[in-house]
Amino acid sequence: MSAALLYALAGAALFAIGLAGLLLQPHLLRKILAFNILGSGVFLILVGLGQRDGTIDPVPQAMVLTGIVVAIAATALALALARQLLDLTGQMRLPEDRPDAEPADD
Amino acid sequence: MKAWLTALIALLCSGLALALGAAMLALPEFAVRLPGQVAANLDASGVAHPVTAVLLNFRGYDTLLEVAVLLLALLGVFALSRHASDHAHPAAPAHPVLQTLARLLAPLMVLVAGYLLWIGAYAPGGAFQAGAVLAAAGVLLRLAGLLPAWAQPGRLLRGGLALGLLVFLAVAVAGLPQGELLHYPPALASPLILLVEAGLTLSIGLTLAGLYLASAGWRQ
Repeated sequence: MSAALLYALAGAALFAIGLAGLLLQPHLLRKILAFNILGSGVFLILVGLGQRDGTIDPVPQAMVLTGIVVAIAATALALALARQLLDLTGQMRLPEDRPDAEPADD
Repeated sequence: MKAWLTALIALLCSGLALALGAAMLALPEFAVRLPGQVAANLDASGVAHPVTAVLLNFRGYDTLLEVAVLLLALLGVFALSRHASDHAHPAAPAHPVLQTLARLLAPLMVLVAGYLLWIGAYAPGGAFQAGAVLAAAGVLLRLAGLLPAWAQPGRLLRGGLALGLLVFLAVAVAGLPQGELLHYPPALASPLILLVEAGLTLSIGLTLAGLYLASAGWRQ
């Protein structure tokens, strides 16, 4: 197994961890962090698989560079929206994730 | 959240990771050799570094739209109305050591950004890395209390934010009579890419710094 493939496999693991965090964590800050972990997994897969035969492929590298900048912008917008929600409702959770919206047997 | 649902989601995500890993191990050989194609056309791209050639020449659309996305995200942050917040903390006065350090570092960071912009044509570097360093300088100055937050960006600042996208669009459209959008004439490719990258560096730096500085203005 080459090192590049190992990066890609680690990327798959990060993707799954991020997806689980996005679904399981009710706190919005944790959701945003999980989304970033998920995205980092995708970047690792792209770069890792792009060089699995030993030659470095500049095309996925450029795409990942583009993706990183977009991910930063999306994260900043998500943080601003989460903060807006905090200012308006005093909660860092989406309405369906709030404890008072859940049945009592939880 | 119910315990069985949590377990189910964890199980499904683990299964997904395993399936993805298995798919990667079973991948066939490359059908298209992109590195070879990039290397074969590198001489005509106007730059000597393959990643920069892909970003600014071969796949210029990606970069053009990315800058537009960056600007849109900033507009989104600006568009959120500001509310008096119970969660605002007044900024603590910055430590004098941090202020001195920021004063020393900021000009160096601008210098590094210029270097990264220039070296991008030959080695790893380019507009995004340079813009990120510029933005870091802005955030550092803000944290040291030397730069005010953006309550309402003025005309000059808004022009700077849009400059990169406008220069890129102008260069893209200027190639239209010769054939297609974003097609540089090979003789002019090198200076055109440097021009686009210089505009992008300024705008990306301002935009990334603005994403922080705009919401920092909510504290008041």
